Amino acid sequence: MAASTPSKQLLSVTLRVWRQAGPQEPGRFVDYPAAGVSPDMSFLELLDMVNDGLTKTGGEPIAFAHDCREGICGTCSCTINGKPHGPGKGIATCQLYLRSFADGDTIVVEPFRARAFPLVKDLVTDRAAFDQIQQAGGFISVRTGAAPDANTLPVPKADADLAMDAAACIGCGACVAACKNASAMLFVAAKVSHLGLLPQGQPERDRRVLAMVQTMDAAGFGNCTNQYECSAVCPKLISQDFIARLNRDYLTATVRAAFRPTSAGGGGAG
Amino acid sequence: MAKLDSKIPSGPLADKWRRHKADIRLVNPANKRKYEVIVVGAGLAGSSAAATLAELGYRVKCFVFHDSPRRAHSIAAQGGINAAKNYQNDGDSVHRLFYDTLKGGDYRAREANVHRLAEVSVNIIDQCVAQGVPFAREYGGLLANRSFGGAQVSRTFYARGQTGQQLLLGAYSALSRTVGAGLVELHTHSEMLDLVVVGGHAKGVIIRHLITGEITRHSADAVILATGGYGNVFNLSTYARQSNATAIWRAYKRGACLANPCYTQIHPTCIPVSGEHQSKLTLMSESLRNDGRIWVPKKKEDAKKSPNDIPEADRDYFLERIYPSFGNLCPRDVASRAAKRMCDEGRGAGESGLGVYLDFSDAIRRLGESGVRERYGNLFDIYHEITAESAYRTPMRIYPAVHYTMGGLWVDYNLMSNLPGLFVLGEANFSDHGANRLGASALMQGLADGYFVIPYTIGDYLAQQPPSSRPGPDSAEFRQAEENVTAMTRRFLASPGKEPVSHFHKRLGKLMWEYCGMARTRQGLETALQKIPALREEFWASVRVPGSADTLNQSLEQAGRVADFIELGELLCRDALMREESCGGHFREEHQHPDGECRRDDANFAHVAAWEYQGEGRTPLRNTEPLNYEFTKMSVRSYK
Repeated sequence: MAASTPSKQLLSVTLRVWRQAGPQEPGRFVDYPAAGVSPDMSFLELLDMVNDGLTKTGGEPIAFAHDCREGICGTCSCTINGKPHGPGKGIATCQLYLRSFADGDTIVVEPFRARAFPLVKDLVTDRAAFDQIQQAGGFISVRTGAAPDANTLPVPKADADLAMDAAACIGCGACVAACKNASAMLFVAAKVSHLGLLPQGQPERDRRVLAMVQTMDAAGFGNCTNQYECSAVCPKLISQDFIARLNRDYLTATVRAAFRPTSAGGGGAG
Repeated sequence: MAKLDSKIPSGPLADKWRRHKADIRLVNPANKRKYEVIVVGAGLAGSSAAATLAELGYRVKCFVFHDSPRRAHSIAAQGGINAAKNYQNDGDSVHRLFYDTLKGGDYRAREANVHRLAEVSVNIIDQCVAQGVPFAREYGGLLANRSFGGAQVSRTFYARGQTGQQLLLGAYSALSRTVGAGLVELHTHSEMLDLVVVGGHAKGVIIRHLITGEITRHSADAVILATGGYGNVFNLSTYARQSNATAIWRAYKRGACLANPCYTQIHPTCIPVSGEHQSKLTLMSESLRNDGRIWVPKKKEDAKKSPNDIPEADRDYFLERIYPSFGNLCPRDVASRAAKRMCDEGRGAGESGLGVYLDFSDAIRRLGESGVRERYGNLFDIYHEITAESAYRTPMRIYPAVHYTMGGLWVDYNLMSNLPGLFVLGEANFSDHGANRLGASALMQGLADGYFVIPYTIGDYLAQQPPSSRPGPDSAEFRQAEENVTAMTRRFLASPGKEPVSHFHKRLGKLMWEYCGMARTRQGLETALQKIPALREEFWASVRVPGSADTLNQSLEQAGRVADFIELGELLCRDALMREESCGGHFREEHQHPDGECRRDDANFAHVAAWEYQGEGRTPLRNTEPLNYEFTKMSVRSYK
């Protein structure tokens, strides 16, 4: 946390917010002063308050993405003072409280900026590219009802725990917004590692990593140059080590794809 | 008057589902692709249903108002999912899970539905593990379990404090696979604003695209609503801010009955309200009650003291005292009301006096701080972010908050509403939890409905509809429904008022919490039934909805949802007023035992109340479906 304000002392801050009516419209920063703000107020509640004020005075409220307000749905997505999700560590925008700011602060609020996340309006961007990557291979193909008993396949606790570390990704896109290349490697690495660490994920392991990386590249995300800003802003603190795992999996899959003999297929007996 | 046929199969309880599956009609594989099914919502129930129906060969269109199916609020469920696996060898069985759920629901659910839920619970765990859900494991590599309220066995499977997230991501991956394979047409940013009924059957929906504002008509052979609960009628709740009742409410206004709306769940362990600005209450998982001990000071004068200054002898571990056999793990409704009674006595903690302590010092002594951190670390972190206090040093302060709604659209055993062709899954229906849901049972029900019930039961309906017989979206019913939607939008945008939508939502929430919250009285409910229609009038007269209809307009979205909440709130109070008994989450002060426990009235209220819309300004009709208990004795629920 950047600063710590003792509870109950009310704050006055200025929000400097990116306003842009639509993807083709010009954008600009607009200042919104806010006085008498409780340090126990969440940052999104401050946006609510500013928006109520705008509505009452005939203005148009600031569009911003939010939903669960407990750091798990991955909807909220503001870059605050230049950092995706703001000054906290391991939190999403919705988990940021005004006690992290000092009286008199100007707080600069922007959308997550990346070529693959086109702007929709004000602070809202379109992150559909993440869904496309998942649809390309972020799954284990198992028909409903076809599963064996859950305990027939023991998974070493260490593997399960590491898989869970990766699976904790909330798909918010902060990793992309923080990266100077707008790379989605941490996001893809998290899913590839989660499934690749589990025995259930082995049959499709190569296919998965190749398809997901190909889709990621096609969506316009940049490459990773190992700066690790992604991990630093990740609300779930997902480790950059998973990117190494992704690179290894991708390389292995590429080599294996080149040499692996494939069945010519052919129909069944009838 | 609606016809409410529960269609519960005959025969012994444990054979009903198996026999029913063998008896119901099938759609042959070549015909399946001629049927189009609309799924609205993509939480656990919606995603699992859409993916499974697509695998079977039906043509599926899935609509979500979120930007991605992964955002649905199932994602926020923390603690776990129940299943009768008996991996702990502690005496669990399908029958015991059935019995605990039925009893937990205060004998207000259908026996047959609850038994089916317990039966398929075991398949859910198998399915999820096969999908790669990283459940917690023991060192031997097998699955771990923990305990939840209302049970004396350990049957809850979990993935740290993020079980809902991992199960939803599992269902989302199944859905993503079918979308990628071209089997499901996924529409994001798409909010259902009306249900289209043709010839008495649900045959389509009207959708508004939230980015472009475009209104579109979609016809289908069947419509599935999996749109979640209506707890945001209280404004402050543990629901996501966007969670809403619009889909089920508009279906209600098209003739689907809404059952038991007064059964609302107040979760005992949430972070207390801190001020007027608050938009959301955050849950602290029930799993914390495995190791945390709940107490208040014995003496009123200690209530304002720091908890660490109150000696052990002056603490009242009231759940352990009142309910010795279940202790801190008694069901949610029981724990919430006990906490409220302590605070009403003036022994509540914190500045507002609305809080009780959840104390981990014993657990830290037993397991060490690192042991507690491993089990609950992320929950302690959330608590710290919100309150700036460390629960490793001082006990958490918690208070009950609205968390879940057991009521919902009425459905029969096939999960079909009284409107043929309309199916309702997950929290959006009323079917399995009676008057109170046990912890870790919501995830179980959502996935049971989507993976293992609807894929069978929808076939029984579709097999009776000639293939490719669905009406086109140009028919009069579709035009009329679309006009209904656009008229409402025009009315909002033309409203001359000054107040933001949130102003009315807050006022509705306060009314609901005061008069229809944890404790309800005839007088209070009658007051609410006068105040809510007045609030509704004021809303339409003085709301301001800025912006236009052809762009992203969050005020417009909220306006429609709050308009529906105001109407639903009135129905909720009416249902609570008519149910002259206390059961589960519905507590009427007039109907209690001397010790403050619920007094049910099985002679007069052992039934489902299914409300039927009668038109604008007219009192809705209260239909009833009797609850016939053939296999279990309706007893007084005791956790003492």
